[in-house]
Amino acid sequence: MMISLSSYLILGAILFAISIAGIFLNRKNVVVLLMCIELMLLAANINFVAFSHYLNDLAGQVFVFFILTVAAAEAAIGLAILVVLFRNRRTIDVEQLNEMKG
Amino acid sequence: MTLDALNYIVALPEIFLLSMTCVVLVVDVSLRDAQRNASYVLAQLSLLGTFLLLLSGMTDARIYAFNDMFVQDGMADLLKLFVVAIVAVVFVYSRDYLKGRSIFKGEYYLLGLFATLGMMLMISSASLLMLYLGLELLSLCLYAMVALHRDNGNASEAAMKYFVLGAIASGMLLYGMSILYGLSGSLMLVDIAHAVTQTGSTDIGMVFALVFVLVALMFKLGAVPFHMWVPDVYQGSPTAVTVFLSTAPKLAGFAIIMRLLVEALGGLHTDWQQMLVILAVLSMAIGNIVAIAQANIKRMLAYSTISHVGFIILGILAASAEGYASAMFYTIAYALMSLGGFGIIMLLARSGFEADQLDDFKGLNQRSPWFAFMMLILMFSMAGVPPTLGFWAKLAVLKSIIHIDMVWLAGVAVFFSIIGVFYYLRIIKLMYFDKQQDNTPLQCSTDMQFVLSGNALLILALGLYPTSLMVLCVSVFT
Repeated sequence: MMISLSSYLILGAILFAISIAGIFLNRKNVVVLLMCIELMLLAANINFVAFSHYLNDLAGQVFVFFILTVAAAEAAIGLAILVVLFRNRRTIDVEQLNEMKG
Repeated sequence: MTLDALNYIVALPEIFLLSMTCVVLVVDVSLRDAQRNASYVLAQLSLLGTFLLLLSGMTDARIYAFNDMFVQDGMADLLKLFVVAIVAVVFVYSRDYLKGRSIFKGEYYLLGLFATLGMMLMISSASLLMLYLGLELLSLCLYAMVALHRDNGNASEAAMKYFVLGAIASGMLLYGMSILYGLSGSLMLVDIAHAVTQTGSTDIGMVFALVFVLVALMFKLGAVPFHMWVPDVYQGSPTAVTVFLSTAPKLAGFAIIMRLLVEALGGLHTDWQQMLVILAVLSMAIGNIVAIAQANIKRMLAYSTISHVGFIILGILAASAEGYASAMFYTIAYALMSLGGFGIIMLLARSGFEADQLDDFKGLNQRSPWFAFMMLILMFSMAGVPPTLGFWAKLAVLKSIIHIDMVWLAGVAVFFSIIGVFYYLRIIKLMYFDKQQDNTPLQCSTDMQFVLSGNALLILALGLYPTSLMVLCVSVFT
């Protein structure tokens, strides 16, 4: 049985929605935020691969490789900032990142 | 595929900058802390070389390279020249500041050079892939730069906020791009533009993709309601980084808006025009009103940035050649003003003292009449008082808005600008009419004093003769 394009797109949309919901509902932990961000990039990847397959065009899959690489770099920088933040503040609670406001 | 077909000579400035950055990287590893000036000099030389290569390669034609992924045109040339020049000036301003806080490390220059490369790629992108990679190269460098001062809690908090919101924006952009790719079957901006004209401006899929792309772009530019990161990042990061991320990246941001919204999705301009009207009005309103309540000058300038972004959007939403030229003029003017404004803050700062409170400007006229005058020019220009550059920038944008018969919008813009004048004038009042609290003489190197004076006087000079810059901007879009 051939899975239709729309099924893939719906999967992508659901993943994207979960990641957005995760970012805005999560009030506890910055690590969860980083995971949600990764999920968001993966949702876009699913779209790209699905379109690429159904359009018979390789460019989309090449784009996915680049996104994966960038996602890895982004995770590295995110975690590095997280470590620095924890050293300075002794917490990674999202609610307590409110020293600056106005 | 032969090497000639890649036409790689078009990207020579970028290739040169990349190679030189790698040289700086290798050289910097072998330096001791006392020899760190060598990295600084090398970084400046790389920027100078890139600038000269850009100048020698200028062209009016539209040239593609790397299988049509990379484009060189008048807009790209002009914006890249300004980006490189502004980054060089930022490096001059920040040297003393970094030395005073023991973060005078090679990382600042390396990340700055890589970010510059990212901006140049963004400006020259002709495909979604290039655009995304350039944007990420810039953003990743900026996240790291904000966190450069590792022992500063506010800096790491700012970096975290910037990282999370920036990454969300990138995710949104990618999702929008994936839909654009699906609907047009290509990553090339030209093909997407072609697909948009075929489907027409009412196609729900295209509008859906447009919303995602637009939200992401506005996040990156810092327009209300996607501005939450701007004040915190401006306040939290070291001023040497704030001046970097408030100037050159705005030019690159303007460029990707032009590439994505105008070149690729120009057929949908009736749709994005309506969205941009709301964003522009909100940005000008929130930016100008909230800025009044700030006691921290970096935070105040952040809100002022938001209001300036509102003006830039105003020029873009006119969707005419005149509007684009005026928006570009405004972006360049804003970058120069912001450069000078943060330059003055760094001039007043010294080891262990940030000079980021409004009160730190009290009685500056008694301490240094010359730099108080420079700050006066900068503040007048930001407020839009003639005969400074800021006045002509605002005037050009308002003219382009009136020419598309949106007089009410021009009225709203003028109204909020007048509110904005209050907090710029307050700084001038503090400098000239209040008693000084701080008697320490200004301590900074002569080259910074010269460049900073040149920066402020340039704004005055361009305000007296605005035609030269305006002609350049207009010639790009005709």
